[in-house]
Amino acid sequence: MSNKLLGIVGFFKDPYHLLRAAKEARARQFKFCDAYTPFPIHGLDTILGQKRSVVPWVTLVMGLAGCFGGFGLEIFTSAISWPINVGGKPFNSFPAFVPIGFECTILLGGLATLAALLMFCRLPNFKSSILNESITDNTFALYVSAKEESFREDDVKNLMEKCGAIETRMVG
Amino acid sequence: MEATFEQEPLLNPKKTLTDVNIDVCKPMERLPSRSWFVCFAIAASLTVFGLCLFVHQLRTGMGVWGLNNPVGWGIDITNFVFWIGIGHAGTLISAILFLFRQKWRTSINRSAEAMTIFAVMTAGLFPIIHLGRNWLFFWLLPFPNTRGSLWVNFRSPLLWDVFAVSTYFTISLVFWYLGLIPDFASIRDKAKHKVRKLVYGVLALGWQGKQSHWNHYEIAYLILAGLSTPLVLSVHSIVSFDFATSVLPGWHTTIFPPYFVAGAIFSGFAMVVTLLVIVRKVFQLEDYITMVHLENMNKIILATGLMVGYAYGSEFFTAWYSGNIYEMFTFKNRALGPYAWAYWTMITSNVIVPQLFWFRRFRRSIPVMFVISLIVNIGMWFERFTIIVTSLHRDFLPSSWDMYIPRWVDWGYTLFSFGFFFTFFLLFCRFFPTIAMSEVKSTMHVGRKTPETEEFVF
Repeated sequence: MSNKLLGIVGFFKDPYHLLRAAKEARARQFKFCDAYTPFPIHGLDTILGQKRSVVPWVTLVMGLAGCFGGFGLEIFTSAISWPINVGGKPFNSFPAFVPIGFECTILLGGLATLAALLMFCRLPNFKSSILNESITDNTFALYVSAKEESFREDDVKNLMEKCGAIETRMVG
Repeated sequence: MEATFEQEPLLNPKKTLTDVNIDVCKPMERLPSRSWFVCFAIAASLTVFGLCLFVHQLRTGMGVWGLNNPVGWGIDITNFVFWIGIGHAGTLISAILFLFRQKWRTSINRSAEAMTIFAVMTAGLFPIIHLGRNWLFFWLLPFPNTRGSLWVNFRSPLLWDVFAVSTYFTISLVFWYLGLIPDFASIRDKAKHKVRKLVYGVLALGWQGKQSHWNHYEIAYLILAGLSTPLVLSVHSIVSFDFATSVLPGWHTTIFPPYFVAGAIFSGFAMVVTLLVIVRKVFQLEDYITMVHLENMNKIILATGLMVGYAYGSEFFTAWYSGNIYEMFTFKNRALGPYAWAYWTMITSNVIVPQLFWFRRFRRSIPVMFVISLIVNIGMWFERFTIIVTSLHRDFLPSSWDMYIPRWVDWGYTLFSFGFFFTFFLLFCRFFPTIAMSEVKSTMHVGRKTPETEEFVF
């Protein structure tokens, strides 16, 4: 472990105190602070100034790719590669191709959603150490990075304690 | 200030956040009870028995089934439709109720989704078992080959089924795993044993509960719910197209897609009630899967049961209104012909028995709901049997009529399907959290008093 201070983390027993601390941190224009919670807390993303996730755009693009890919495969195999007369139906039986085109849209869109989530969260990640093992249980944490421009150790510690942190710890 | 109603708490109000982790993980941290081993042994033996049956079928041929010329689809396809239908309730709970912001879903969605996945796996076996040359099942997929390339027939509903069922399985699995990630992280952080920590650590992918991750996670979860909703409706619609696009009286009806979807949700909820009544008792989760959840599910059973009953009536009316003698005969034959016993079992179990749920006392009685859910499951199995067999066995020309009498192989495969399903479900109960811990935690405040000085935030 290096001796350089990386940041300060405050632990809270409930989301109310965490939100209060997050608001205070936001008022100080901190950009790199992040919270750790056992379950998603609504409103925390806006308080911390986090943008809306771009996952839906990935879903849209890959869903469209699935749609065009599905229909493309059906039309290519049935009308171009080897047209076969099945019960006198047209080679390009578009209405009959809709169900599979739809399923391909969902399949690719859904798989891409998972892939995008893992990519944006940089998961799997087995390297970074866990701040506290009870974060996935009942503890809420706010992390303020030392990279902040207006970072002052005693000020941040004060902030955490004022907002009801049960414990403050230096991360370094 | 928005108007608030006095709401019954979803969970036991005394439970804290830590209690959730302790109570849900408890069954995973102790040795299984003797009764678990007994159940598992029975289920696993039935699975092995099914494998033996399959070997017997491969050695002898499709003739081991009781199928014959007019009745080419019997119990094999009955089981396929039955198990696919069972799966639908899981997706309804996990996706559709999520979109409707039904917070009570959080205690039951994990096991319901598990049920979906195992039910779809079970269902998927039957079309393959039913193939004449089972070992060529991969010919159902469009891949370049040395036969021309000879492609698959994309105009066939049977091929739509292949795509629908495999997409359904994949997306359900993705959705389920996504929900499991934060819970795996909880188990990892709680684990004391090294191997346990490693296994659940790998499964959790290094999840830490960071807000910037939750931000992406919640959107991804919403998107998957949004994708699963039309998917689940499409799957049973496509299954119904297997029948509806044919020209057979009794199958060739436009009501089939909504009728099948309603029936699927009906039977699926019955299965969820059957399973959860046992799970909550055995794993002492009564504080989490409460009467509120069970009652809500019973209400859905009642509502979908009425839809199914309406569909039965509508089919008869349409047959009469069509003036088509073959159509009218098929329905008369259903109610009064040689398979009338199956038809009336279906009507009694699906339309008459669930009416008991109009009474709050019965909706909230564990023994009553357990028995009704079993009856509904039996009834829905017979619904598929009736639709398939009675339409096939007497179609147009009396000279081609025949009876279908299931043989021991047919029944054996049915037993196997239950064994196969329960083998997986029992393993799930042991090794995975049966309740979505992180989701339950976010709904614990429902129906509780919040501190007056605090803003209502989550």
